[in-house]
Amino acid sequence: MSRMLRRLGEGVSNRALVALGLVFAALLLAPLVSNGYVLSVLIIALYYAYAGQAWNVMMGFCGQLSLGHSLYVGVAAYAAAIFFVKWNVPPVIGMFAAIAVAMAFGAVIGFLAFRFSVSGVYFALLTIAFAEFTRIGFDHFTWAGGSGGFFLKVEDRAADLITLRGPPIMFYYVMLALTALAFLFCRMLTQSRVGYYWFAIREDQEAAQALGINVFRYKMLAVIVSSGMTSLAGVFFAFYYNNLFPEQIFSMARSIELILGPIIGGLGTLFGPILGAFVLTVLADLVTEVLVFTGYDIPGVKQVFYGLCLAVVVIWLPLGIWPPLKRRLGLEGRS
Amino acid sequence: MLEISGLDLYYGDAQALDQVALAVPAHEIVAIVGANGAGKSSLIRTIAGIERPRAGSIRFKGQEIGGLPSYKVCDLGVGQVAEGRQIFPTMTVAENLEMGALLPRAKSKARPTMERVYGLFPRLAERRRQLAGTMSGGEQQMLAIGRCLMGQPELMMFDEPSLGLAPAIVQEVFRIIRQLAEEGMTVILVEQNVAVSLKLANHAYVLENGRIVMSGTGAELLDDDQVRRAYLGL
Repeated sequence: MSRMLRRLGEGVSNRALVALGLVFAALLLAPLVSNGYVLSVLIIALYYAYAGQAWNVMMGFCGQLSLGHSLYVGVAAYAAAIFFVKWNVPPVIGMFAAIAVAMAFGAVIGFLAFRFSVSGVYFALLTIAFAEFTRIGFDHFTWAGGSGGFFLKVEDRAADLITLRGPPIMFYYVMLALTALAFLFCRMLTQSRVGYYWFAIREDQEAAQALGINVFRYKMLAVIVSSGMTSLAGVFFAFYYNNLFPEQIFSMARSIELILGPIIGGLGTLFGPILGAFVLTVLADLVTEVLVFTGYDIPGVKQVFYGLCLAVVVIWLPLGIWPPLKRRLGLEGRS
Repeated sequence: MLEISGLDLYYGDAQALDQVALAVPAHEIVAIVGANGAGKSSLIRTIAGIERPRAGSIRFKGQEIGGLPSYKVCDLGVGQVAEGRQIFPTMTVAENLEMGALLPRAKSKARPTMERVYGLFPRLAERRRQLAGTMSGGEQQMLAIGRCLMGQPELMMFDEPSLGLAPAIVQEVFRIIRQLAEEGMTVILVEQNVAVSLKLANHAYVLENGRIVMSGTGAELLDDDQVRRAYLGL
């Protein structure tokens, strides 16, 4: 155990560890000074930080672009909700079904793509296609509510982690725990042999193959790990919002929103997805609030803001915000 | 060390290799020469397990490897230095070399082999912390060769190692290949630079439209009128 911990911190400067501790402490204490509205914004930010981290495993580490991650969020949300509502199985158990379903979808997409050498843009299109026809499938899946939606009973009660029913502050800490665990898990992955295989595939698949890496197996593993991680975001989504509409949860816009954080924060970095999600969510809400306050209530202003952020990053900070910021703050690791 | 017979490779309906047969004895340099599109790279890729042959046999140290996936072929000791170098540009020189030793057969020998590579290429030793993508073409080629050595290959296949390099660097690369062979490496060399590779090779094959049309010692082919006309422009 201590060996694993030492390995996690290997090559990280003390400054960076302290900074990380401070960020975590700030997030732990944030609800104490937040009102209901701020708390809801922070929950969304953590949600995107977590989901972005999960997506980053596939794209940032292994170089496989998925534009259909709403698929994994969606099927997992439905799986956990159905288990709970129809069979009274609490999400603490139902989440395993959700993980399994999402991983199965990931495995099928990965197998079809990698077995038949579908790559690059065509792979991305395949992921969109799967998300889209799953959406249409759920639209007509009347047993799970069809296009009319699937609902969980809204109850006002004390926090209960087993059934994931409770006030927003409970959801905040659940999401914070997930984000922190995902961060550590990804750190572990990047330090592992698997992580190195993924980087090799990302950098140059042919070269990776020439080095004797089983490219098919490790690409499959990336998709399955990523979809499995993403599924927990789906379970959270179902129990936090209490309603699921195929139109909404499987929509391509959800997939895109989910990947903006890691792209803006820094693809393939560990802290980038978290930073990106907070910058986007918090700033976008701030901009909207300021505009509303000054009397300009413009619908769609958030989307325009996302677009601007993306444009700025792509043009001026192609590596994302985090790598240059890390250098500026003097948090670069020893090597 | 390597025997190939009756090898057929198709890309869809297009035949890339037609009944290719050749033998590579241990510790020798075998050159495969031919024009663009003759099938040289296809042959290398088929031996490496990247392409699956439709027919024929590839035996490495007596074991059939035709149709095996590339990671298994690699692990048996067949290394390749692919065309265009294919180093990992955003990793350092040292990291690139470490990536070469991920195979189970190579991991425990990574340390001494890395020292050996640095001895072979002092330029790499000087630049071990530099990002590989920022080095010159010649240095990248040396890194690609070094990385291949890290995997403890017994047979090394070079695909166009002189491609896009300055003449002085080309000489250096060929000198290294000869040195490796003298130290006991078995080498398959695919080159468009026919004159140099024939001089270097113990044995050579001429590939034309996916077929072996001629073979002999390097010196024999260098003296052959047909070869001189077709490939050396003499």
